[in-house]
Amino acid sequence: MAEMLEVSGLTKRFGGLVAVNNVSFSVREKEILSVIGPNGAGKSTLFKLIASFLRPTTGEVRLKGERISGLAPHIAARKGVVRTFQETTIFKNMSVRDNVVIAHHLRSKASLFGFFLGTGAAKADEAAFGASADEILALLGLASLAGETARNLPHGHLRALGIAIGLATDPSILLLDEPFAGMNHDETMRMVEMVRRLRERGLTILLVEHDMPAVMKISDRLVVLNFGQKIAEGTPSEIQANEKVIEAYLGSEDEAIGL
Amino acid sequence: MTFNRNIKIAAGVAFLAIVFIAVPAAISASGRFDLYYTLTSVALLSIASAGVWLTFYIGRINIGQGAYALTGGYVSAILVMNHGWSFWLTLPVAGLFCAAASVLIGLPILRLRGVYFAMVTLVLTEVARLLALALPITNGAKGIVSIPLPGALSVFGVTLIPDFATLQNSRLAFYLLAATLMVVCFAVMYRLVNSRIGKLCQSLQQNEELASSIGVNIAYLRVIAYAVSSFFGGVSGAIFAAISQSIYPSSFTVTDSVNFMLNCFLGGLGYVFGPMLGTLVLYFGWDLLFQTGQFQLLIYSGLMIVLMLVLPNGLLSLAEMTRKKD
Repeated sequence: MAEMLEVSGLTKRFGGLVAVNNVSFSVREKEILSVIGPNGAGKSTLFKLIASFLRPTTGEVRLKGERISGLAPHIAARKGVVRTFQETTIFKNMSVRDNVVIAHHLRSKASLFGFFLGTGAAKADEAAFGASADEILALLGLASLAGETARNLPHGHLRALGIAIGLATDPSILLLDEPFAGMNHDETMRMVEMVRRLRERGLTILLVEHDMPAVMKISDRLVVLNFGQKIAEGTPSEIQANEKVIEAYLGSEDEAIGL
Repeated sequence: MTFNRNIKIAAGVAFLAIVFIAVPAAISASGRFDLYYTLTSVALLSIASAGVWLTFYIGRINIGQGAYALTGGYVSAILVMNHGWSFWLTLPVAGLFCAAASVLIGLPILRLRGVYFAMVTLVLTEVARLLALALPITNGAKGIVSIPLPGALSVFGVTLIPDFATLQNSRLAFYLLAATLMVVCFAVMYRLVNSRIGKLCQSLQQNEELASSIGVNIAYLRVIAYAVSSFFGGVSGAIFAAISQSIYPSSFTVTDSVNFMLNCFLGGLGYVFGPMLGTLVLYFGWDLLFQTGQFQLLIYSGLMIVLMLVLPNGLLSLAEMTRKKD
């Protein structure tokens, strides 16, 4: 399988603190790869580096061979690297459908001025975005909530809406920031199903997550971080047997890594 | 859908009829010609407030519109007085000058949010006043006076607008000018807000990080919105200078900047026509309270606080509430 995303020698320093230290790995096409690690291991920093929300101190991120690290976030998104957010980050005062429609912005063929004038291209865009938004909402089980104001959604649906927004940008690789955080067992299982369905649509997925059982269930491969460094990489069963990983999670070893 | 559309068209036509037919007819019947001046001011202030509203719409509290109104006034006055330009040409130039200035100023300061942006814009008004005092071209505290009334506007020998100085009723002419510009301004705003651009602006207002992650060029959009906002400020300032035939450093002060913002709050930040209604109510409200003498400011401020507490979404939210009850 071809490599979709390559992370090589990525380092981020904040003053004297090295949050991410020389991390390298790659994500293959149509793979679900998870980055795990104890609190403060540098997962979120790594995530922001990949999504171009932070500029690396050294090292680089390449998407299909093209360097994307150091670009502005909206440019990285245009290239195909799109993130969702840890907290339920949505446009909370818009309707659910509008949230997804607006997220199609990247696909616009009409210019801003074209939208102002209501040109043919703008109208075609609007129609296409609406149809695509409806399809995405149906896929994620949100169709019945399309007209609801987003901030009124329950927690689980908000997370799904966050993913719907990411999906609407038509990314090459979707970065999910703790998609299972704060969910109960049933919600987690539904989300696992949802993420699998995304992959079946041909999407490559990188996720950062705490919830070990879910991660073990969903991932093709895992990368384990501790104190900013990569300490292991492999399939779920390899990771579960890895000495270093068990050590990193010492104290809560059995349950935390889903043994 | 079409029903809704028909209502909107009917409302638009009714509004135009009131502004251009009913109001002038009522004023000439009652003989209260001073109302022309009042309503002209309301129209112009609502244009400047519309600009402020647009910056609210991208999530920025703008207390600096006075700076652009002042700049617009000076640009127009200087071009007319020192360079002999026609007022009609200086009008768009004043707007564009302010838009260009706002791009330069906006690029760094639009990165700030919330109260930080608000503070910087507040200072901006004061900076504009001090600049007007200090620069040689603005003639310091004496200001620029005896600006001639707008001349005739002719295109290819056809006179579109007659020379204001030859008119018997230049008040009516200024009213029609200001009202026309107000209508155009709000038509543009309505279109902006109801097209995709409006949705993009909302996305900025609600979450810039998310907007950026779905590929919205937030820096670009912010600057565009701020430039449009300042354009409106500059145009309204230029006409004010033409009406009063003068411009001073104190023509637009921090108080004006604050008022522009209050107009938006009062009308409703969620409604395009909020600034227009807000300006009308605030301007007439202030005048009505004149009879209360030294208590004017006290009552006025008290009422504003109560209104904001009771109607945080502005006066136009009342219409929405009654609609929901039906």
